[in-house]
Amino acid sequence: MTATAIRVDLQLIADMVDPATRALDVGCGDGSLLAYLVDFKRVDARGMELSQVGVNACVANGLSVIQGDADTDLRDYPDDAFDYVILSQTLQATREPREVLRQMLRVGKRAIVSFPNFAHWQVRLRLTFGGRMPQTPSLPYKWYDTPNIHLCSIDDFRALCAEMGVRIEHAIVLNRNSRPIHMPPLLANLLGEQAVFVLRRD
Amino acid sequence: MEGTIDPSLFDSLSPSEGKALAHCHHAKLGIERPLHLDCGVKLGPYRVAYQTYGTLNAAKSNAVLICHALTGDQFVLERHPVTGKEGWWDTMVGPGKVLDPAHFYIICANVLGGCMGTTGPLANDPATGKPWNLRFPVVTIGDMVRAQAALLDYLGIPDLFCVIGGSMGGMQVLEWAASFPKRVFSAVPIACAGRHSAQNIAFHEVGRQAIMADPEWRAGDYRLYDTRPARGLAVARMTAHITYLSELALQRKFGRALQNRNALGFGFDADFQVESYLRHQGSTFVERFDANSYLYITRAMDYFDLADAHGGSLSQAFRGTTTRFCLMSFTSDWLFPTRESRQIVQALNAAAANVSFVEVESDKGHDAFLLDEPEMFRTLSGFLKGAAIARGLAGVR
Repeated sequence: MTATAIRVDLQLIADMVDPATRALDVGCGDGSLLAYLVDFKRVDARGMELSQVGVNACVANGLSVIQGDADTDLRDYPDDAFDYVILSQTLQATREPREVLRQMLRVGKRAIVSFPNFAHWQVRLRLTFGGRMPQTPSLPYKWYDTPNIHLCSIDDFRALCAEMGVRIEHAIVLNRNSRPIHMPPLLANLLGEQAVFVLRRD
Repeated sequence: MEGTIDPSLFDSLSPSEGKALAHCHHAKLGIERPLHLDCGVKLGPYRVAYQTYGTLNAAKSNAVLICHALTGDQFVLERHPVTGKEGWWDTMVGPGKVLDPAHFYIICANVLGGCMGTTGPLANDPATGKPWNLRFPVVTIGDMVRAQAALLDYLGIPDLFCVIGGSMGGMQVLEWAASFPKRVFSAVPIACAGRHSAQNIAFHEVGRQAIMADPEWRAGDYRLYDTRPARGLAVARMTAHITYLSELALQRKFGRALQNRNALGFGFDADFQVESYLRHQGSTFVERFDANSYLYITRAMDYFDLADAHGGSLSQAFRGTTTRFCLMSFTSDWLFPTRESRQIVQALNAAAANVSFVEVESDKGHDAFLLDEPEMFRTLSGFLKGAAIARGLAGVR
């Protein structure tokens, strides 16, 4: 598979990965980030994906991908098997996000996690004044069909990292177009639509 | 030894073996270095019958070894010299197919214990000059793989771009990857398991008992009496054949349709099409397969337990491996269900191996790996392409 343009938020993650390292993309979808890492950064990249259709498409494109579940299958890997374990837009859909993070940081030297910010002003507005469960471009689902069962805010995530003793190496806040925005943390929790964190065991 | 016939190895050839050997290559191995079998016996000399397709490149980097299943053989692609049927894996191998002889040097050898030219119970024991029959040592999947490795030495092939096979062939692939990791660049075990399950051993035992219950079996010495346990072997095949299909496939293909009649016969002829089909499967099988060989090869599968051979840990079998793996299972395969492949994937992950795993949606049961399954071909050609790039093999589409 020859990767060309990839989604802006994936590009951002790809830029955080050093060339010629080992990476595991958990919830790798159609494999576009994997393909990019392989083609442009010479990364020994592996993927795990819940949907069998996604897995088969990845393997047909020459990528090393297995069918698996972040909640249950990360524990199969040995300690320090990867330089990076990536979880993009999936944490909020896991049953045990805290355990998933712990496993990611056991298996990888670093974890790169991206997620939608539930404290974004639009979300707050829709719930406060609309009185309905928020639907935004980052959170497009209705309450009854959403896979997102563990939504959190940027501040929630920071708090969890502190509780787990995980070092935040890098945090980027993104606007609606997945472009990084620079602002103090308090504002970020209000104005950031998504966030990308690079974590490391302390 | 190609082209020359050593009488000491050939004097007990069965007619089908003779026909097979006339249409393929063979190597006489183990003359100086006998094969150390798992049972403790040193076997040598022994013969390996094999077939090749395509050309070995100058760098010797494009060799692919196909490992055949229980009743398969070396005739992957061409019309079979004994049965006249098309090659058993011509869906996968051939011009324009996933394994194209234009790109790969493809080798397939009849397994040790087989009956299409490789040494097995049909051969003569060099010590006595008499047919081995049941005195042939019990061989294992490991022994089969070591015989294949000896064949590669004989052919001057240092390592393989890919080892691929389904069912018992998949077991051999796993054994190859565990025993000769440096000689295996990529491995494709399809529809198999890291050990043979109790249910599968049970089915094999039914087959063996059917053979041994046939009075013509004569404690394995039927050839001395110029007879053979055709009925027993046919029943063994009929039982096994059911396990290769799925309930859905049987239902769709036959349902309760009657065979050449409009009403039930109130007797024990093959009233139903499914009965007639199974009888046909049984009777054609005995024309090409040797009953003792069936005993030996089913036993080899039963004995297969890769974890047991590595201190009880399957991941230990793959520790430090650099081989690229692609596992594949089929949704309706109940002989080697997906969970068996998943266990191997878990073990490979625990060894931090490079592994892909695909479950193909199919209602054709275990036999799906032999059939036209476009998704299997698509994923496999993608995997092989990726591996070819990593290996620096030019021209693989």
